[in-house]
Amino acid sequence: MEGDKNFVLGIYDDEDVLLKAISKVRGAGLKIHEVYSPFPVHGIDDVLGYKRSRLSVVAFLFGLLGTSLALTMQIGMLGIDWPMIIGGKDHIAIPDFIPVTFELTVLLASFGMVGTFMIISNLKPWAKPRIFDLRITDDKHVVAVDLAKNDLSEEQIKGLFSESGASEVNNKDFE
Amino acid sequence: MIEEKYEFTSGAKKTLFITIAVGIVFTIIGLLMVGSGGHHEEAGHGDGHAIEQHNVSGDSDSSVVLTASGDTEGHAEAGGHHGPAVWVKRLITNLWINNIYFVGLALIGVFFFTLQYATQAGWSAGVVRIPLAFGNWLPIAAVLMAVVFVVAWLSHSLFHWMDASLFDPLSANFDPIVAGKSWYLNKVFYIARFIVFFGGWYFFFKKVAKIAYEEDITGGVEKWKQIRKWSAGFLVFFAVSSSMSAWDWVMSIDVHWFSTMFGWYVFASWWVSGLALITFIVVLLKDKGYLSVVNQNHIHDLGKFVFAFSVFWTYIWFSQFLLIYYAHIPEETIYFVDRWKSDHYAPVFFINLILNFFLPFLLLMTRDSKRHSRILKVVCPIILLGHWVDFYLMITPGTLQNDGGFGLLEIGLLAIYAGSFLFVVLSNLAKKPLVANNHPMLQESLNHHI
Repeated sequence: MEGDKNFVLGIYDDEDVLLKAISKVRGAGLKIHEVYSPFPVHGIDDVLGYKRSRLSVVAFLFGLLGTSLALTMQIGMLGIDWPMIIGGKDHIAIPDFIPVTFELTVLLASFGMVGTFMIISNLKPWAKPRIFDLRITDDKHVVAVDLAKNDLSEEQIKGLFSESGASEVNNKDFE
Repeated sequence: MIEEKYEFTSGAKKTLFITIAVGIVFTIIGLLMVGSGGHHEEAGHGDGHAIEQHNVSGDSDSSVVLTASGDTEGHAEAGGHHGPAVWVKRLITNLWINNIYFVGLALIGVFFFTLQYATQAGWSAGVVRIPLAFGNWLPIAAVLMAVVFVVAWLSHSLFHWMDASLFDPLSANFDPIVAGKSWYLNKVFYIARFIVFFGGWYFFFKKVAKIAYEEDITGGVEKWKQIRKWSAGFLVFFAVSSSMSAWDWVMSIDVHWFSTMFGWYVFASWWVSGLALITFIVVLLKDKGYLSVVNQNHIHDLGKFVFAFSVFWTYIWFSQFLLIYYAHIPEETIYFVDRWKSDHYAPVFFINLILNFFLPFLLLMTRDSKRHSRILKVVCPIILLGHWVDFYLMITPGTLQNDGGFGLLEIGLLAIYAGSFLFVVLSNLAKKPLVANNHPMLQESLNHHI
């Protein structure tokens, strides 16, 4: 995040205009830093060219960890370390272990997924959010472009935004 | 919007007729094989039932049982009637399995349709006509079931509780446990329930179908509102009748045993197989160029349904199993002793779990597998077969004990039923527009995006 301080913002009123504008400016070679919108816009990940999130793989792996942890714990405790007869079954009676295994799988999968999401989204409690425009929580969509990471000049970028239907084009600088 | 109509081609009809013909040939050969090899049929009796307190197998000829194994005190039934030949029982049992299975598919078609309307679902507006066509099997199923029921009654081959001497305190056969259930399990009430179930299902099916086809002509939201109203009525009726029919038609075979999960268990099995069939037909029709209103998002939703309810079935199955396993009460565990601990059915017990849980769970886990028809075309048939196996496992151990088997007879009868069911469904599908063009939520469905 260091270094990106000077941004140009294209502000759009309507999500349909926004979607068309994003395709258009990306087609012209603009690299978009981020798009902020007050509500989820359908199809925006496609026009932004985002790859599908691999969060589901993380969830699966954490789930697998939960499954193995639960089985190891129960077999170790009830089967090996302190063999217990419960309900006349074998020490290691897998059906008895299924509910705990299920619960730990779900628990670790969801905790792991939420935790990973917070880390990759920089959502730590002490993170200082950068507000590009206060109206992104109200009725405006904001396309933020990092000047340092684009070859196009500031004027060209502003031109692209206005041509594609932006209601305002602003500068935003961070300390 | 172009009106789309499914054409039931002669090629498709031919395939179904060949399926039915092969089924008939298999059934006859299968019957001959069972009939000629069935003289030792009673020899295996007893080992699966050694710890059973009550005589479940009403057919057992006590002299044969006692010579077969010495540990069958539970079978000391003096002067029990002679049961029918094994081939008769096996035929009736298989007819019953297929009746239950296919009436479930038909019923789930109506259930799915009404559920979409009652919940005001928009995404499914383009596909609802396919499950609706399943309902046309209901009247045929009613006749078939009634016939098989009467034959089973006359030949004493399906329901142990139909033996009147069990209820007679003076009889040597008197069974206090079965007699205690006589207020519910008696022939008059049973037949009355049978009529009410089928009458109610068919009534609601005809009602919603009639209004739905009227909507094609008149349009507007009025018809949709009417369907919604009748759908809510059907769902209430279905909630009770699906559970009760499961007790009547399936659970009462193991008459000494009961499970409070059983209605849900049968429903879960029906529901996921119905969803798999809807998905399978949608995917195949899409491949043939039909259903332009259906895109990957709808397929994805159907795939999620199949995935989710495979897990739901497993959850219900396991809930029933674990409580019985853990509590370890003999009169409850007998159900699983007859299945899991029987040499005869133990393989089926595990095949059931593999087909209905492990394979769908692993194959449909990723997003792509639910969005693309390739994997769905593999998983849906697996589930459809798997739940036939599930019903096989619910019904066969209780009626045939160790005489049960899997051979040409089973394959043949399944082929006959599947061919006939699909013939009825597809020929009715071809009669009406494939897509409800005037469905008020069709536009919403077209824009469905997930």
